[in-house]
Amino acid sequence: MSDDEVVLKIDHLTKYFSVRKSFLQALSRSASQMVHAVDDVSFEVKKGEVFGLAGESGSGKTTVVRTALMLTRPTSGSILFKGQDISRMSQRMLKKYRPKIQIVFQDPYESVNPRMTIFEIVSEGLYVNRLVSSRAEAIDKVTKALRDVQLTPPEEYINRHPHELSGGQRQRVAIARALVLDPEIVLADEPVSMLDVSIRAEVINVLLAIRQKRGISILMVTHDLALSKDVVDELAIMYVGKIVEKGPAQQVVSIPYHPYTHALTAAVPVPDPEAPKVRVLAKGEIPTNISPPSGCRFHPRCPFAQAVCAEKEPPLEEVAPGRFAACHFSKEVHEAFSKGLDGPVGSNAAF
Amino acid sequence: MAVLEVKGLRMYYATTEGEVKAVDGIDFELNEGEVLGIAGESGCGKSSLATTLLKLLPKNATIKEGKLMVDGQDMIQMPDAVVRRDVRWTKVAMVPQGAMNSLNPVFRVGDQITEAILAHSEMSKSEAKARTAELFRLVGIDPSRYRVYPHEFSGGMKQRAMIAMALALQPKVLLADEPTTALDVVVQAGIIRLLISLKEELKMAIILISHDLALVAQMSDKTAIMYAGKFVEYGPSKRVYASALHPYTLGLLRAFADIRKPKQELVSVPGSPPDLVNPPSGCRFNPRCPYAEEVCREKEPPLQEAEEGHFVACHFWREIQARGKQP
Repeated sequence: MSDDEVVLKIDHLTKYFSVRKSFLQALSRSASQMVHAVDDVSFEVKKGEVFGLAGESGSGKTTVVRTALMLTRPTSGSILFKGQDISRMSQRMLKKYRPKIQIVFQDPYESVNPRMTIFEIVSEGLYVNRLVSSRAEAIDKVTKALRDVQLTPPEEYINRHPHELSGGQRQRVAIARALVLDPEIVLADEPVSMLDVSIRAEVINVLLAIRQKRGISILMVTHDLALSKDVVDELAIMYVGKIVEKGPAQQVVSIPYHPYTHALTAAVPVPDPEAPKVRVLAKGEIPTNISPPSGCRFHPRCPFAQAVCAEKEPPLEEVAPGRFAACHFSKEVHEAFSKGLDGPVGSNAAF
Repeated sequence: MAVLEVKGLRMYYATTEGEVKAVDGIDFELNEGEVLGIAGESGCGKSSLATTLLKLLPKNATIKEGKLMVDGQDMIQMPDAVVRRDVRWTKVAMVPQGAMNSLNPVFRVGDQITEAILAHSEMSKSEAKARTAELFRLVGIDPSRYRVYPHEFSGGMKQRAMIAMALALQPKVLLADEPTTALDVVVQAGIIRLLISLKEELKMAIILISHDLALVAQMSDKTAIMYAGKFVEYGPSKRVYASALHPYTLGLLRAFADIRKPKQELVSVPGSPPDLVNPPSGCRFNPRCPYAEEVCREKEPPLQEAEEGHFVACHFWREIQARGKQP
């Protein structure tokens, strides 16, 4: 259903944060350290598409979202909203674009004000952005948004407070708050991870329905690969500030081109006691973003790593139609995974 | 041999609104080296059940009735001092929910475990330290890290340290309440592998409590599905997942994304868990159940054996079973 119009383009985005020095370090005038939160990341979100960003904590996915919202300015690179570079705009100019790029936060217990009614929560943005001229108009828009997130009949909800709603309903209020401003893209940062599994589907299905109905694009951050496969069209996997693999979600999750993606999928438990158990294929722990490993950032943990991986950083390249990976051995890796192996062909890493 | 036997266990909280029936008639037996998974939504009473099994209850909670047999002795009848001396840590130990935040940030990790051993056994300090080093090895932490502080550990390492502490006095039963929440998927996989190996190596019985059916499926020999303070389905894991007989279990399984399957539409279980002060009459699941009929509102279905060892509390389990067998 997506056509080719690009709504959001992230172009060579880099964001470093400086680490606060301790008193002694400041005295000794040592060079300040930088956290490489996001390092040269590019992708496009098309109209009506659900784009997923997945990875472990510290991979930089939330920083991408915060920068795309212009809550923090990029160190370098640009963010284009329908061709307009918003990363260099003044706050005043940005105001015009803010309603078009909206966010739904992770925790609906924290993100809605408990003292406001549902009407106040959903309509606040309309007043802030001066999008309505009368209360009647506001009520009309709020009602419509509540109907779109299936809080029906809306009249029953507008005067309630958040504590009267379940977690799933609260998250739908948060979606309505984004929707009421008529955005072109909604960024959803782990929108269901705080919710019980039994009600996750209700929130996901609402997001998919608004995409269908209004042609809104969705940029979804998630760590749940099983869910991505069912929800996301295009999926990018991030590792220590970089995109290591990108492509159609189902393909990426079923047979990856990057060993890290495979390590993630092998660690996902499946709801079937007779299925093979989870496997830990990445050695050690995720490195810090302060001094990431040389060459390929995954090489110290990778079963396929060779000398070149420590020396040269692999670029993100198209390795098959629509499939991108940043790995020197993506072809070999893909071949091994297609054969059901967890390591290089010829080793005995099969399960 | 049963290491833990629970019979008709009821635990209610007294609140200003009335009694909250958090644990309302639970029966099960746990054998040596067996893993029981207890799954359900938040508010179904699974964590309350865990604290009841250890008698670690807040002031407003009372155990109304039931038996809690550990090694042939009823814990309910024991005075608290005896439970503390003879049962907790030595027979039943717990890895609490949010275990990562349970370590004291100002003491060294190794010392905290040694301290726990000294408090509950007759060991000398050097013996306790040696035991701590051994425990570190068992859970996959290098014993040279005895002297580090909690902030130097990652989330997964802290969780391993908490598991080490629970294992300190070789309990027969380990209670793990959401042992992997807030951990990344690769780290979670490491903890799952660790628990599986501990079960095999130490022949320890484990009760695994989680809302995540996939996590429970990874290691449980038996699975119990809990709803509103009761088990609504209980049996060998293979049977419960392959031929679920309770509409609630079926609903939970349908709501679950499965990474092996092609793109599927997820279906939520409509509604929310009931108020446990005034639970619905009849079957407590009836307001959310797609199969509910008049009888479900009137009569509470007993937990009955549908096939060997597989129990279900639903008036219509036969119909559900028959439908499941159709192609």
